[in-house]
Amino acid sequence: MTETLLTKDAVFEGLSGNVAIQALRAALPEAIVNAKFDRGELTLVIAAEQIRAACRILRQAGYNFLEDVTCVDWYPVEPRFQVTYHILSHKMKERVRLHAMVGSIDPSIDSITAVWPAANFYEREVWDLFGVRFNGHPGLRRIMMPEEWEGHPLRKDYPVEGYR
Amino acid sequence: MPENPHAPEIPGFVETATLVQPRPEEGAKDRTMVLNMGPQHPSTHGVLRVVLEIDGETVVKCVPDIGYLHTGIEKTCEAKFWQQAVPLTDRIDYLCPLTNNLCYCLAGEKLLQIEIPERAQWMRVLLNELTRLNSHLVWLGTHAMDIGALTVFLYTFREREEILRIFEHVSGQRMMTSYFRIGGLALDPPLDFFDSVQALLKVLPEKIDEYENLLTGNPIFVNRLKGVGYLSAEDAISLGVTGPPLRASGVDWDLRRDMPYSSYEKFQFQVPVSSDGDVWARYVVRLQEMRESVKICQQALDGMPSGPIKADAPHVVLPDREKMKTQMEALIYHFKIVTEGFQVPTGEVYQAVESPRGEMGYYAVSDGTAKPYRVHMRNPSFATLQALETMCVGRLIADVVAVIGSIDIVLGEIDR
Repeated sequence: MTETLLTKDAVFEGLSGNVAIQALRAALPEAIVNAKFDRGELTLVIAAEQIRAACRILRQAGYNFLEDVTCVDWYPVEPRFQVTYHILSHKMKERVRLHAMVGSIDPSIDSITAVWPAANFYEREVWDLFGVRFNGHPGLRRIMMPEEWEGHPLRKDYPVEGYR
Repeated sequence: MPENPHAPEIPGFVETATLVQPRPEEGAKDRTMVLNMGPQHPSTHGVLRVVLEIDGETVVKCVPDIGYLHTGIEKTCEAKFWQQAVPLTDRIDYLCPLTNNLCYCLAGEKLLQIEIPERAQWMRVLLNELTRLNSHLVWLGTHAMDIGALTVFLYTFREREEILRIFEHVSGQRMMTSYFRIGGLALDPPLDFFDSVQALLKVLPEKIDEYENLLTGNPIFVNRLKGVGYLSAEDAISLGVTGPPLRASGVDWDLRRDMPYSSYEKFQFQVPVSSDGDVWARYVVRLQEMRESVKICQQALDGMPSGPIKADAPHVVLPDREKMKTQMEALIYHFKIVTEGFQVPTGEVYQAVESPRGEMGYYAVSDGTAKPYRVHMRNPSFATLQALETMCVGRLIADVVAVIGSIDIVLGEIDR
């Protein structure tokens, strides 16, 4: 399928058979804030406070493998941080991308290490490079930069050459 | 800048205390000790530091400490044009630069929605399988050397040299190839390229037999590997392990077969799987994979289509040198792409390929300008390293060396 669906309603209608959408709508009807189907990839925008529950439901629905957790900084737009999750189902051979938007004042979101321990390093990386805090993470500390580093280098307001 | 009150006196060594917490039981401190392995340990394949808490010779806790090679490649990509980021992707992993090139280019092509000619796709498959052979040869040599079988290293590097020679022949560089471009290949392969690949493929199967002769029946090697570093399928999945370690734990998953890209669906090959989940299983799976890679290369050689190697997208693909000298339009396109880059439509894609180490994914976000808004690399070694503790706890220190070798990590890829 190559068509592009840009609104939540269009995705719900066009991909009504999608397991991820069905499972999330059945268990957490308010969780999906927005949705997009573009270039053959499904993106679901999840309410940030429900991310852990949404991940748990997706894992139960057969999306068994967490591929990646990362972040995009949309500075100066608010909410600024788009925490991005890529989740794969080995059985269905299908991938779903979750977005959770986090504001710039004390950015924090629930950790999903309880659902997938694989998120551990990824969340540490996002904390290190973007400064988004993950609540409930077993050991949130810097992973790439030195412990005593100040600032979060992948933020858009951090210069490429660093502060001199 | 204000002085940091928490700054350590000796930078880099402060976190040992925070990394390894003393065990909760009474008197635990007396029983165990903390051992620093790395960052300059010969078996850590780069600059990996592993903090081991040991009880005698037994590992109680194992905490990998990474970041020594962090060079901010993701940040640098944001400051480059789309096509300028290709050489940066080489430098992530010195053992599979072409796989990184491929993954980045596929992501860019998906964003631009351009079709790549068949010949370019097949060339990409051929070179990627040669890269897999190259990477597995280095893994086999160094892994055996870690265990104490020094000879194998010399044998594998002999064949690796031939593969690097082929890379140099086709791209002009032995390691930092940058041969794939968004929209196709950089150059047509040289005339005798296919002959030299054919000559290599002819001898490789018997060379792999030769390595097996040295190792598979060697009782010292077998005893060091069998039953060591067990990882169950459930643990592998929940810890994000991919590639040969995942397949050695019994999960039948290979992106080349299950989510094909770059015309992999046209090739016939087996995906080796083992359910043992130990270091030995990873050794067996990788050796089998090398044999399958030879087969894929042979199919690519036999069925290599003719035709163009670049997509028909003049605003993205640099024109041929010849055309630039005869056609005004080609010259203008060349000037514009080099000086201003090309605009990529707004959107985001995640493209995953099967690298020699597992699932390599590029997440690329475009805001409609000529520079990537964000490029994130999901690297297999980074996730696989999280499983190190599960595999090492309860084993001897010497087994940690075998386990690190078996997950085939590349630190440049982890730290980026």
